[in-house]
Amino acid sequence: MLGLRREFSCQEMVELITDYLEGSLSRSQRRRFEAHLAGCENCTEYLAQMRATIAATGELRTEDLSPEMREEFASIFRRWRAEQD
Amino acid sequence: MGLSRQAARPRRSPGGPATADPDGELVERVRAGEEQAFVELVSRHQVALLRLARTYVASAAIAEEVTQDTWLAVLRGLDGFAGRSTFRTWLMQILVNRAKSTGVREHRTIAVADAGPAVEAIRFDVSGAWMSPPQHWVEDSDERLSAQVLAAPIRAALDEFPERQREVVLLRDVDGLSAREVCEVLDISEANQRVLLHRGRSRLRQRIETELAGA
Repeated sequence: MLGLRREFSCQEMVELITDYLEGSLSRSQRRRFEAHLAGCENCTEYLAQMRATIAATGELRTEDLSPEMREEFASIFRRWRAEQD
Repeated sequence: MGLSRQAARPRRSPGGPATADPDGELVERVRAGEEQAFVELVSRHQVALLRLARTYVASAAIAEEVTQDTWLAVLRGLDGFAGRSTFRTWLMQILVNRAKSTGVREHRTIAVADAGPAVEAIRFDVSGAWMSPPQHWVEDSDERLSAQVLAAPIRAALDEFPERQREVVLLRDVDGLSAREVCEVLDISEANQRVLLHRGRSRLRQRIETELAGA
């Protein structure tokens, strides 16, 4: 097998990015991915944007349960307890 | 808040060793009959359950009913829960089954092959190099980038996603499930999960770019 593999293009990079972030690239793919990043400001920016996008999506998490809902679930629990007796 | 940080939640690599179930202690206390522990468990997961249920049924009210049924089923089935998956995975599987059998809305699934490119081909030259590169915004400390401002476009984009894609992005990036948990909850392969996640995240990034360009 030849040791020298062609470098990924930017267009290929943007499709591999999730596999990279998921840790599912092979070792040699990962090396080529990182070699491209090291020399490409645009893809480095793109990767940073994907990470920022994931972080921003993570901020969508919303409010805690209202006191009314807590009470509602407490009553579900009591109903279940009653079933058991 | 700046967005340059990475998602802070710990991730388990797919196929990696399972760590202790973060809900394990609460589950034990519920088994022992502690009401407060149950309410605690509900408050940890109810918002995620509602969101997931909502992708299957036609109204918020029905989604709420489905989650209540789910919690009752959890209590009834708790003795049978052997901890082979995490509690959260088990919980969400019950929810998905209930929501499907409620079946008010036809749950459309999309073929994975439906996925288009992460970035439009027109933005690259024939060699595949960037011709129209991403506009830099990550290092911006600008007010535009606050999570609050981005919440609206992200929500709007998610609403337009095919359902499976939306579910995967919500479960992974909003609720913080691992890849393996998502595969178990939705009964999809790891490869499908990754493709749906990739397409979804790429679309969200593009939406944010468009949003910032128009601001």
